[in-house]
Amino acid sequence: MATNGIGAAVRRREDYRFLTGGGTYTDDIDRPGQVYAAFVRSPHAHARIKGVDKASALKVKGVVAVLTGADVAADKIGGLPCGWLIHSKDGSPMKEPPHPILAADRVRYVGDALAVVIADSLAAAKDGAQALKVDYQPLPAVASIAAAERAGAQTVHDDVPGNQCYDWHLGDKAAVDAAFAKAAHVTKLDIVNNRLIPNAMEPRAAIGEFDRATDSYTLYTTTQNPHVIRLLMCAFVLQLPESKVRVVAPDVGGGFGSKIFHYAEEAVLTWAAKKIGKPIKWTSDRAEAFLTDAHGRDHVTKAELALDKSGKFLAMRVATKANMGAYLSTFASSVPTYLYATLLAGQYTTPVIYAEVKSVFTNTTPVDAYRGAGRPEATYVVERLVEMAARELKIDPAEIRRRNFITQFPYQTPVALAYDTGNYEATLGEALKVADYAGYAKRRDASKAKGKLRGVGFACYIEACGIAPSAVAGALGARAGLYETATVRFHPTGTVTVLTGSHAHGQGHETTFAQVVAEKLGVAYEAVEIVHGDTGRIPFGMGTYGSRSLAVGGTALAKACDKIVAKGKKVAAHLLEAAETDIEFKNGKFSVAGTDKGVGIGEVAFACYVPHKFPIDKVEPGLEESAFYDPANFTFPAGSYICEVEVDADTGTVEIQSFVACDDFGNIVNPLIVEGQVHGGLTQGIGQALTEGCVYAADGQLLSGSFMDYAMPRADHVPSYKVSTKVTPCTHNALGVKGCGEAGAIGAPAALMNAITDALAPLGVRDFQMPATPLRVWQAIQAARGSKLAAD
Amino acid sequence: MYDFAYHKPTNLADAAKLIGAKKDGRLLAGGQTLLPTMKQRLAQPSDLVDLAGVAELRGIKAEGGGVTVGAMTTHYAAHTSPELRKAIKALAKLAGGIGDPAVRNRGTLGGSIANADPAADYPAALVGLGATVNTNQRKIAADDFFKGLFETALKPGEIVLSVSFPAPKRAAYRKFANPASRYAIVGVFVAETANGVRVAVTGAGPKVFRATALEQALAKKFAPESLAGASVPAAGLNSDLHASAEYRAHLIGVMAKRAVAAALK
Ligand SMILES: Cc1cc2nc3c(=O)[nH]c(=O)nc-3n(C[C@H](O)[C@H](O)[C@H](O)COP(=O)(O)OP(=O)(O)OC[C@H]3O[C@@H](n4cnc5c(N)ncnc54)[C@H](O)[C@@H]3O)c2cc1C
Repeated sequence: MATNGIGAAVRRREDYRFLTGGGTYTDDIDRPGQVYAAFVRSPHAHARIKGVDKASALKVKGVVAVLTGADVAADKIGGLPCGWLIHSKDGSPMKEPPHPILAADRVRYVGDALAVVIADSLAAAKDGAQALKVDYQPLPAVASIAAAERAGAQTVHDDVPGNQCYDWHLGDKAAVDAAFAKAAHVTKLDIVNNRLIPNAMEPRAAIGEFDRATDSYTLYTTTQNPHVIRLLMCAFVLQLPESKVRVVAPDVGGGFGSKIFHYAEEAVLTWAAKKIGKPIKWTSDRAEAFLTDAHGRDHVTKAELALDKSGKFLAMRVATKANMGAYLSTFASSVPTYLYATLLAGQYTTPVIYAEVKSVFTNTTPVDAYRGAGRPEATYVVERLVEMAARELKIDPAEIRRRNFITQFPYQTPVALAYDTGNYEATLGEALKVADYAGYAKRRDASKAKGKLRGVGFACYIEACGIAPSAVAGALGARAGLYETATVRFHPTGTVTVLTGSHAHGQGHETTFAQVVAEKLGVAYEAVEIVHGDTGRIPFGMGTYGSRSLAVGGTALAKACDKIVAKGKKVAAHLLEAAETDIEFKNGKFSVAGTDKGVGIGEVAFACYVPHKFPIDKVEPGLEESAFYDPANFTFPAGSYICEVEVDADTGTVEIQSFVACDDFGNIVNPLIVEGQVHGGLTQGIGQALTEGCVYAADGQLLSGSFMDYAMPRADHVPSYKVSTKVTPCTHNALGVKGCGEAGAIGAPAALMNAITDALAPLGVRDFQMPATPLRVWQAIQAARGSKLAAD
Repeated sequence: MYDFAYHKPTNLADAAKLIGAKKDGRLLAGGQTLLPTMKQRLAQPSDLVDLAGVAELRGIKAEGGGVTVGAMTTHYAAHTSPELRKAIKALAKLAGGIGDPAVRNRGTLGGSIANADPAADYPAALVGLGATVNTNQRKIAADDFFKGLFETALKPGEIVLSVSFPAPKRAAYRKFANPASRYAIVGVFVAETANGVRVAVTGAGPKVFRATALEQALAKKFAPESLAGASVPAAGLNSDLHASAEYRAHLIGVMAKRAVAAALK
């Protein structure tokens, strides 16, 4: 291993700047002559816009311009596109109602923007936005899946009858029905996957700028994928040549999926910057973020598992309804379909599975991918069902899983995916050991003696990362490629700049990617600089989401390194006066096989840029290589989580006593960063299960619209995690890596809810829905007591 | 935030004069409630009169079996004051459970009670201990001070100088915190005082109130088991995202028992 190469627990180099306030976030950037934007947003969940009186805002001191949906329409600006076309069961394409960047005639959720006020100070922009007179005619709103589906419900879009976006399915229904008919036991569960509000630490922000001299635009924005934003904005919304638009995503303070999407504000600012001839900055405040960052999850599911007498799974049947919100956000349609139903096999050999997914429009904020995106929802369905079945059949929860584990790889699931490798027994076995599962009964009794109810819960999750290959995704409706790009640029003096299409917004790529290069090329870790987030500097890349950066972007980087070595061999052969086939490369040195003659990669780089002694007839000068990598398959991280809780039945308070995670992420580049990613993921998963719940009133007002009412998980909600890893290297990428960014958020909710319902089982509680707030736990206990009383 | 004028008087007389002269003026203490409200454009004072420089509002003094706490005492200062801890430990501990460190280092006793948030902690201590609010115009008994939702007996321009708390025989406060805001969903302050048992409940209703049924039960014997069977009716209690009225009524019983047990320790 090179010093600070693959496998080293290198401390994150970016932390110095992040922790000392040295980062450059979008809001830290100020452009000469910059003015400020405030968006005028609908206070109604649904209303017709009868008129907008621009003069009312233009009168305010400092206001430079007011632009409305009518201006957008007049300039023939396109709507925001959706990146994945889903076809319904009957073959018809999903409904894709227009999503204007500023609403012209109708607003469809609280927060829907209909105008922007631009002023020479932020305060003036806000004054202007407040002064703008808008004549709304409120319409009835549908704020939940149930309300949207009710017969005769108000439609969110006139051309979407019944508010249904699509009615999709996957799997063999007839085979599943037949298996259920023969089953010895069927476990049924009604599941709500609660809606979440992402709340990245840095709110969204953007600066649009137009340079008349070069007729070109620059957009600084808080995105996870600057090239994707440039492509969508140029091709669909503003119809600009990509060559005239630069998108920069500087330091970004957390994304969790919510910064993947192309948001209206980005296009509005870019468009308006040319109209008014000045750079325009907008920074969301927290209240705006609650209303306008795409929300996550929001599924309602009926799930059934058929088993034989011995606890073998025979079939699974799942019917899910998914809330899309008021418009289709960039990847909204793919989340409850191809990122969800395809994961329902979990770690098990369930032979047949059928999933039906209906998605609906409501008068709420658009819903899209959020850490895990579809996979947490699938894991929650599978792992709650499995544990409930174990309870009903009185089989130990670890044992029922073992009886059904996939043990032969590659494995083709009945829901389209083909797992390349894994070892589920290894992660479960390790987790059981670390959790001291054998000693659980003693701990339960000790809790009881203190007057507390103890419970234990499991989750054995699977996830599919690095969505791929492009051709398959394309056949399933994806409207984009899913490769990644990397350039390795040696400088004459031997240091290296890497340009990557991946984007880091807290993941530590500047460290891990440099470790990969140090390992592959034998250069000092410190000599490698990672550049990302600027379409003006890097080749076309797809960005970061779905735990794809190392598996896809890292593999592209490894390929580019291989090209550097291949070229270096030619140059070294010339320098060493040997045949190219005799040159070996190891630890940064090219040497002639079987001799002690050699030359370092730094000298080779120098020769490439000062080609005095150089094979110029065969090799071009310079040492810079690019690679694009399109994966052959997804990667399949998996793991086992075991959680123990104590419940105070008097108050309904849940306290997590221990949380053990054993994950298989394939090869590990930096164990410290992996541990951090797992901690973060677990905490977000615990947040979903314990504290976070987005609540709309029936009229579409967001009730959980601030941290006063929306409870993010805090340090005292979580225990000191015990995390470890087992390794089965991915079989189809050069680094053998799988991805670790979402695992914690995928597995934690099921483990925690399984533990809580286990603790409450003695009181007669079977199940209740997340988040397990004290109120809900107490109500579940009351309901069980009530039904017990009624039965007695 | 809207535009406003800022004043920083250095003595009480000037502060009183300034606030009396400005029609839409507001006193500023720690700013933990007032400033966020202004930032959200929910309040538009013409003038802010900052009390930070007014010496008369500072200090914690133990005297004659009680303790007087200046209005500008931060929650942090109250929590860490040896005098207060010695005189009324339950009160010092209550202050340490308000909000988070940033809030405790800015927020003040005077600001908290003048604001009269129905879920604030201090009101339970004032009513639970039978305290007296000292203003620049008069003395107001705690039982008469809190009038309703964000409503007190203070007249426009009246300034809270301090609060005098009589020391109880024993007392304790137990709060069941809102999982999001960490204000009280239910907070119960119990005290055995020279004038009998007092039980004050915050968070549960539109304003802090005394739970007389619990007081009567505890009057017989100040012990957790005395509360068996005693309860506060759910009718009239708050119901929101975080707690139903029934749950709050139930929590009052649980928190009262725990507070009594803590007071006896
Ligand atoms: C995140 C957060 C969490 C919080 N959590 C809790 C909690 O758990 N429990 C809790 O009890 N509180 C909580 N608070 C409230 C906080 O503790 C303060 O007590 C409260 O904000 C008011 O105190 P202040 O000193 O900041 O007053 P300010 O915000 O400055 O003023 C509040 C009001 O009181 C008036 N006022 C101030 N001083 C006087 C005076 N001497 N005489 C007359 N009127 C006056 C002002 O004019 C204003 O109307 C929280 C606040 C925040 C921001």
